[in-house]
Amino acid sequence: MSTAANSKAIEAGQIWDFPGGIHPPQRKELSNQTPIAKLPLANTYVVPVKQHAGAPAELCVSVGEQVLRGQPLTRAGVSLGLPVHAPTSGTVTSIGPGRIAHPSGMTDVVVRIEADGNDTPAPPQPLPDYRQAARADVLERLRNAGIAGLGGAGFPTAQKLALQRPIDYLIINGIECEPYISADDRLMREHAATILDGAAILMHLADAKKALIAIEDNKPEAIAAMKAELTDYPNMSLRIVPTKYPSGGEKQLIQLLTGRQVPSKGLPIDIGLLMQNVGTAYAVSRAIRQGEPLIERVVTVTGEAVEKPGNYWVRLGTPVGEVLHYTGFQQSDPAQRIIMGGPMMGFTLPDTDVPVVKITNCLLLPSVQELAPAQHEMNCIRCGACADVCPAQLLPQQLQWLAKAKDYDGLEGQNLFDCIECGACAYVCPSEIPLVHYYRKAKAEIRTLAREKAKAEVARERFEARQVRLEREKEERLERHRKAAEARKKAQAEQVKAGGDNPQDAVQAAIARAKARKAAQQKAAAEQPSSHEDNNE
Amino acid sequence: MTFKLAASPHSHQRRTTQQVMRWVYVALIPGLLTLMYFFGWGVLWQLALAVSTAFVVEALSMRLRGRTIQSAWQDHTALVTAILLAISIPSLAPWWLIVIGTAFAIGVVKHVYGGVGQNIFNPAMAGYVVLLISFPVQMTSWPLPTQISQFELSFMDAASVIFTGFTPAGYDLEQLRMGADGLTMATPLDSLRTALNHQLTIGEALQQPIFGTLAGLGWQWVNLAFLLGGVVLIKQRIISWHIPTGMLLGLAVPAALAWLFAPDQSVSPLMHLLSGATMLGAFFIATDPVTAATSNRGRLYFGLLVGFLVFVIRTWGGYPDAVAFAVLLANMTVPIIDKYTQPVAYGHGGRS
Repeated sequence: MSTAANSKAIEAGQIWDFPGGIHPPQRKELSNQTPIAKLPLANTYVVPVKQHAGAPAELCVSVGEQVLRGQPLTRAGVSLGLPVHAPTSGTVTSIGPGRIAHPSGMTDVVVRIEADGNDTPAPPQPLPDYRQAARADVLERLRNAGIAGLGGAGFPTAQKLALQRPIDYLIINGIECEPYISADDRLMREHAATILDGAAILMHLADAKKALIAIEDNKPEAIAAMKAELTDYPNMSLRIVPTKYPSGGEKQLIQLLTGRQVPSKGLPIDIGLLMQNVGTAYAVSRAIRQGEPLIERVVTVTGEAVEKPGNYWVRLGTPVGEVLHYTGFQQSDPAQRIIMGGPMMGFTLPDTDVPVVKITNCLLLPSVQELAPAQHEMNCIRCGACADVCPAQLLPQQLQWLAKAKDYDGLEGQNLFDCIECGACAYVCPSEIPLVHYYRKAKAEIRTLAREKAKAEVARERFEARQVRLEREKEERLERHRKAAEARKKAQAEQVKAGGDNPQDAVQAAIARAKARKAAQQKAAAEQPSSHEDNNE
Repeated sequence: MTFKLAASPHSHQRRTTQQVMRWVYVALIPGLLTLMYFFGWGVLWQLALAVSTAFVVEALSMRLRGRTIQSAWQDHTALVTAILLAISIPSLAPWWLIVIGTAFAIGVVKHVYGGVGQNIFNPAMAGYVVLLISFPVQMTSWPLPTQISQFELSFMDAASVIFTGFTPAGYDLEQLRMGADGLTMATPLDSLRTALNHQLTIGEALQQPIFGTLAGLGWQWVNLAFLLGGVVLIKQRIISWHIPTGMLLGLAVPAALAWLFAPDQSVSPLMHLLSGATMLGAFFIATDPVTAATSNRGRLYFGLLVGFLVFVIRTWGGYPDAVAFAVLLANMTVPIIDKYTQPVAYGHGGRS
């Protein structure tokens, strides 16, 4: 399967539609009015070793060590994890557990760095002419630069590119459909050339002949900026998509641009497509052309509870509290939430020690009036509003009943795992049912069950293998004994044949001796008829 | 410093179940006013009785279930059930009729199954059917539209009939329902059925004063008013168009076919559409989300089934109107409709 069937229409620039979707208030003007500003250097940085989807890389610094800006703190090692880098020059003060950016508020290994304030860079290793370099080398550079998808999932870019499969289109995702967020918008306005250069590198690495640059029609300035630069790239074309949430979701954008659906449990590459976010394209260009590892990203800081909303270049590892301090946030309400990500898919942070990481595109500080906290959950009235807006064409209310009933087979029958957790259903639910929360919980439970089942299966197999082994060992032992006995007999026979003592004769002689002794005793007893008669000796 | 944790999404559309239900009774107002215009103050008394009964029974049920009354009452679904039942029964019916009906609808049909969202059958219609088969005489004794009635009943007269069975002047319901010719008159649909049973043609039957220009006198306007309210609901996206359209088509198409082939023995499609509870049923009753199919395609089938059943029961069944039976029968088929109309999820081979 590929996009070949629709290729003419794709080339003609047709935009398809996807089912469902919602139009929440955009509120992007809150943050997209000013250029991206640089956040001043912090005193301490907290760099989690794992900031992407996959295994962490191996630590290669120790406490007390001096590090330079961009120096790797971890390296791929045997786990082939993605490295992280020092956001500035300074001293490693500790390595240990720390709260990371995760919906559960869990802890993981973090490297704490005390900045020296000089921000001395490690010598960069640019590769201006990547076309002359071997493909594997370029991919290795991307991995060493720590490049992961900056759109949200944080999947290592080199790993995505390493799949050598035919690709019809590289899609550069500049949709940014979540309300409030404008990081990609500003990046496209200000760095269109670098983004397209990154896109060209990605095309080269993926061996894609054509690229589609997708932008939502609510970003006219970004569209104009990209259009101006696109004249240099005849193989790339711009696609302007109507504003609708979640058109920036990977599967939805593919449907919008190609009219095709990624097969369930499949990857875009299965239908000859590869998608990268504009921020990732920018980072790729910087990593190859300038030799800069991924140590900073654009973060939208917005919401009515901050004084200076806008977009900021934030070093990865900057504690959220530092960002909020600079942007003038003051907590006025006990119900205040700090949301990492947007209002639809972001998660709340328990405190401000959590650092900004590769996937942090937004810090949202809404006032309570702006995004009112969830109300009391009421019963589902089966109104079906959720099904009308579901972009995956699921039946959210059925899923909700099944999730509450813990009917895991039923949930899989209703394709729970095709849910992309976009939150459109919960957004429209008049009974304020936290639908996505139920789905996440059910998914986690099903995964746990599957893991436990797999574990039990392994344990059973091991037990059975052990039984078989014990049985086999027993048989082998018996066999060994039998063979040894045979060999002994054989040896004896041969000895007798050869004229040696037959051990059998010795046994017979011993028996004869014993018999003679017994007979003598009986005889002696018979000769002594006395009171000792009943005395058994 | 710690902050409040919450599950995404953090943004919600501010349309709650209360608001949905509020729109439903706002949209009922035109029909209600028209009903009062043609059938007098009794409608208002029935409403008052139904709403108070609903409140008491809901409170009682919630207490028995160990929950607070607020959590149930605040979603306004009981109110909508009470209103629908009140406008479905004859306006001068004795007080205990609506009380029994509402109590059954709320107490048994809704709460025994677990409250709002859990019931299989439409509470108002189940209440209606219980009354219809238990008290057929009272349930079919609609008064004459005020325009052709000999009596003008005041607000208190209506109360007197409902609570004592007699007006202060001493007339009982049967006498009130008498036309100028001294015969009691049934509803238009009932009259038609009787006429057809007496071998009259439709043309002859329609000579009776109970019929108006389009359909039944009064009833045609009531139906048009409910149609108006229904269009408001669709415009406000409170209901989708699938069930009403399905039901009206399911009724009108077979009716039109029958009418084309046997015009003398068949009720015209227009008469079907503007009689009895057709419009109320199509926009306010069959669209009850709890008891209808869930996907849009399923809703269309559900609506078609209700409409077709209305036609079948009106034509061959034992009751003049059929919306309540049709809705309940269709309610039973919902799980199977849902099973076979599940949309193809993204990535499962469906077309985009």
